[in-house]
Amino acid sequence: MTVATPPLLAASALSFYRQDEPVFGPLQFELHPGQLALVEGDNGSGKTTLLRVLAGLLHVGEGELFWRGEPLRRDHCAAEIVFLGHQLGLKGDLSPRENLHIAAGLHGARDGMDPARALLDVGLAGYEDEPVRRLSAGQKKRAALARLLMIPAALWLLDEPYANLDRHGIALVNRLLEGHVAAGGAALVTSHGAVSFHGGEPQRIRMHA
Amino acid sequence: MNQAPLGRACAAVLRRDLTLAWRRRGDIAMPVLYALIVTTLFPFALGPENALLQRIAGGAVLVTVLLAMLLALDGMFRSDIEDGSLEQLVLAPQPLALMLGMKILAHWLTTALPLIVIAPMLASMLQLPAAVMPVMLLALALATPMLSLLGAVLVALTAGTRRSGMLLALMLLPLCVPVVIFAAGALAAAQQGLPWIAPIAWLGAALALALVLAPLACAAALRIALDA
Amino acid sequence: MSSWIPLWLHKLGSPPTFYRFAGKLRPWMLALAIVLGLVALYGGLVLAPPDYQQGDDYRIIFVHVPSAWMGLFIYGVMAVSAFIALVWRIKLAEVVAMESAPIGAAFTLITLITGSLWGVRMWGTWWTWDARLTSELVLLFLYLGVIGLYHAFEDRRQGARAAAFLALIGIINVPIVHFSVNWWNTLHQGATIRLFGPSTMSGSMIWPLLTMMVATKCYYVFSLCSRVRADLLALESGKDWVRQIAAGETAR
Repeated sequence: MTVATPPLLAASALSFYRQDEPVFGPLQFELHPGQLALVEGDNGSGKTTLLRVLAGLLHVGEGELFWRGEPLRRDHCAAEIVFLGHQLGLKGDLSPRENLHIAAGLHGARDGMDPARALLDVGLAGYEDEPVRRLSAGQKKRAALARLLMIPAALWLLDEPYANLDRHGIALVNRLLEGHVAAGGAALVTSHGAVSFHGGEPQRIRMHA
Repeated sequence: MNQAPLGRACAAVLRRDLTLAWRRRGDIAMPVLYALIVTTLFPFALGPENALLQRIAGGAVLVTVLLAMLLALDGMFRSDIEDGSLEQLVLAPQPLALMLGMKILAHWLTTALPLIVIAPMLASMLQLPAAVMPVMLLALALATPMLSLLGAVLVALTAGTRRSGMLLALMLLPLCVPVVIFAAGALAAAQQGLPWIAPIAWLGAALALALVLAPLACAAALRIALDA
Repeated sequence: MSSWIPLWLHKLGSPPTFYRFAGKLRPWMLALAIVLGLVALYGGLVLAPPDYQQGDDYRIIFVHVPSAWMGLFIYGVMAVSAFIALVWRIKLAEVVAMESAPIGAAFTLITLITGSLWGVRMWGTWWTWDARLTSELVLLFLYLGVIGLYHAFEDRRQGARAAAFLALIGIINVPIVHFSVNWWNTLHQGATIRLFGPSTMSGSMIWPLLTMMVATKCYYVFSLCSRVRADLLALESGKDWVRQIAAGETAR
């Protein structure tokens, strides 16, 4: 692949230790705009930890991260990264619409995108004003996915986005990923389940347990 | 693409926490009820002599308000940690200290402000002279934000632990000794008809310092506590 | 790491080197602490003349005052290593800070107990809200908070970092508490009899005091070395150098 622009995110000899025990790594990868990467590995191989390190929730153990070719600095790239973890970050007492308003307040919003449209896109029309705690697990997940549409981020870090979703939900995640990648975004996804990604063969990052 | 402006982000966090508190209005009443009950216990324990109650009124109200705030402090970040909202706040492209400052402000508005509102009632239950009331309110208005700010730093430090109630009290006690001393000192001076401005000025200076430093310390503490 | 830190100090920061160094230092410090402690006690309890005001009761200062100094001194050491631990993420500094806390708490407790013993004779009561005793009590709570926070975490290193942060907040708090308690004390009561007035000290009282101070410092170093060694073995249990030590122990 010949790309003039530097990769969006690159890791060199990245590893992480917990209590001096290596959790993963050393890992080496580059993620270019318009690319999807699947993080593969067994339970306990450090997939979630890798995503939390990349998101900036955990300190880099050893090695280096680069953002658009420069050593990564959190204050420069925080606006362009969105992280969706096991905990969805939704307030149960607020409605999906209110939750999205907060996300937009903190991260900004894509041009022409508003909470109502984002919720319509993830199939939550009619549930906009229901408190999140009354939604089913799958609907909560969809409400969290709506944040991806709302927030203007170049890099998506998705930890198990397919969990709790039915067939239509899985198709929705794939559709969101395809749209994001087609628009020049990049995504790092961990998953046990099969990903029927249509926009070309995704890059695979293997974690060694 | 639009980056979220700082003012809008602050407003979003503040509005969120206030809305959440409003949706659970019952929780706001708890510290107030607690303070009311504790104040009711004093005359039972000490006897209903007006002179004695009058002497302890200022200090008793202060300590009661402090304990009631301690009760509510534990919950400042807990639900946010459990549902992952705190992670999202940490990752947001906004200065974390400022966002946490907004959370502390919301917490103060929902726990300390109701306590300040009923403080005159508590004080008059213990026969505090009406003339001292303004000084008490001033002392509370300066002391309670101090406790919210200091408490927030400690709550952030215990964010990674499971049990934190008693530990929080143990950690907060040494920090709030000076606050209690100066607030109660001002009250005692006012009650004796002495000038009370000096301790109030000290409290004000400490509050100004805490307003700047505590949110920064809170952000640093939270990053340590979440780094696991 | 910055270049201004001497190389030997940098080397000492590595757990196996410190483990060996502390092992060598430990017996010497214990011997020094015992010898100096006995000399100081002999000087304080036998050689020094009785006080013209307090008689023999004042002799408790030979335990009380060095303990009080150690309580503050160890808090200082803890805060400095806490700062190093947080800024440079050095494991040894975390261990030193966390293992200093119980020793400092013990010295503070001794100060409080001896202070109240003296109080029984002088004031006729076990506890008086004297400014110094109150400050010591708050110091004890600061220590207990640090120890409690450290043990509340499942991950020991994370607990150490959180507790180190608390220790730093505490060191800012110590002078504020001291100042406010003094202010509070003058507000509510007049000056009480001082346990330790500088004007009444004669040379024969000072040298046992200073000797005891050195003895307590040696004891602290001894105790710290032992605790840090044990902690390093636990923290680094997976490392080669610990395996070698374990193999050596079983072979013996």
